[in-house]
Amino acid sequence: MDINTFRGIMTLLLMVLFIGLVFWAYSRRRKTDFNEASQLPLEEHTTQIPDERGN
Amino acid sequence: MESAKTYSDTVVRQFAIVTILWGIVGMTVGLWIAAQLLWPVLNFDISWLSYGRLRPLHTNAVIFAFGGSALFATSYYVVQRTCHVSLFLPRLAAFTFWGWQTVIVLAAVTLPLGLTQGKEYAELEWPIDLLIAAVWIAYGVVFFGTLATRRVKHIYVANWFYAAFIITVALLHIVNSLAIPVSVGKSYPIYSGTVDAMVQWWYGHNAVGFFLTAGFLGIMYYFVPKQAQRPIYSYRLSVVHFWALISIYMWAGPHHLHYTTLPDWAQSIGMVFSLMLLAPSWGGMINGIMTLSGAWHKLRTDPILKFMIVSLSFYGMSTFEGPMMSIRTVNALSHYTDWTIGHVHSGALGWVAMISVGALYNLIPRVFGRDKMYSTPLIDVHFWTTTIGIVLYIASMWIAGVMQGLMWRSVNDDGTLTYSFVESLEATYPFYAVRLLGGALVLSGMFVMAYNVWKTVEMGRRIEAVPVLEPA
Repeated sequence: MDINTFRGIMTLLLMVLFIGLVFWAYSRRRKTDFNEASQLPLEEHTTQIPDERGN
Repeated sequence: MESAKTYSDTVVRQFAIVTILWGIVGMTVGLWIAAQLLWPVLNFDISWLSYGRLRPLHTNAVIFAFGGSALFATSYYVVQRTCHVSLFLPRLAAFTFWGWQTVIVLAAVTLPLGLTQGKEYAELEWPIDLLIAAVWIAYGVVFFGTLATRRVKHIYVANWFYAAFIITVALLHIVNSLAIPVSVGKSYPIYSGTVDAMVQWWYGHNAVGFFLTAGFLGIMYYFVPKQAQRPIYSYRLSVVHFWALISIYMWAGPHHLHYTTLPDWAQSIGMVFSLMLLAPSWGGMINGIMTLSGAWHKLRTDPILKFMIVSLSFYGMSTFEGPMMSIRTVNALSHYTDWTIGHVHSGALGWVAMISVGALYNLIPRVFGRDKMYSTPLIDVHFWTTTIGIVLYIASMWIAGVMQGLMWRSVNDDGTLTYSFVESLEATYPFYAVRLLGGALVLSGMFVMAYNVWKTVEMGRRIEAVPVLEPA
């Protein structure tokens, strides 16, 4: 195979991978999981002072 | 999953405290060599104190001792909190602390003695390199072991960045340090010529990309939401940010070798990938800053948040400047001038140091069993000395760099150089003075921090181990 054909295929492949990643990350199916994950740094010991939600 | 009942915070406390210590040491050496550029007599004609030996001591101290300790401290803290489990093999974690401190002390001894492999940011000789590799593999075992024993489903995005940083730095360090020892203090790299240069800058730029960027983005993704008390602006963007950033950074290194014997196609790859890096870098910056969307008022009262948001602004600035400087024609002007030094410090002080300091102000009260730092006004003092210091530093180096570049390339009608090198050096002196002032302000801020931390730790109460939080 010509090296330039190979380069073209690689570029295309990486582009497809990237666009696939964006679609995956922004798909509705990921939403609940990502929302759960985004809360992880905010969980803290609340034995002393309850927050606004009373937790 | 059975786990210990409390977090392993001893190692976090140790690393947090030495971060400040090494920050002061590293920046003091930096200030000293900045003064040497103004007053060369400050090397006192002692070879150990010469600029060429102290400069690698400065870079190693601030990057690997100060920055490295901040990364160890925060990653051990974050991985435990976000995984709801205590550290995997805490004794191995203790080994990483004492091992890393040994590396730092050995560096502080060997570099002034002139024992060096002569590779920028990889100067340390082979016995120290072996110890670094051992410590780093232990670090990986502790970190990934903790991830593997987590009690929640998700691996929080900060841990992804830390993980990429740990894996990549192991790879970079081992490949770039491959050498044939001839004695305890001397070795020769297995690469030669252009290949050696290419491996070196593949290492060098990925040290920027993974040590100084990915690792500190891990800090950003945990501590900015934590301090702002709201989740990251877009978790989806953080996922795209992560994969795009780590895929692209790997190829940017050749921009350090424009107009050298490196083949042109490799230079072009380095330039194009550096330009593409603007997108994920700014994606990450926007994600961090927009976390404050709807809560901007917090910036008015919270100097810790100011540290973090200004650090993200410096991150945005230097990740715009970097791609611009990687363009070959711009590089023709900027390379080998003080513009590069300005760029590095906009990243290293503005981004790396400020996000670390912000994170430490959040972390230290928590691991020392306090509600908050001893003094919030002193954090504000630290914030302003640092910000003004950095602005003075980078502005003076920008002007000096562009001036040097223009003077060096200026030719007369008959083709001879308009200026001798010494003329450009003489023209730089005022800017070296402003840089020294900027650096002194940044260092003075670190002393304010040290005092504040001292008083916080000292404030009475006994430190009690924090119980592991049950998963929500």
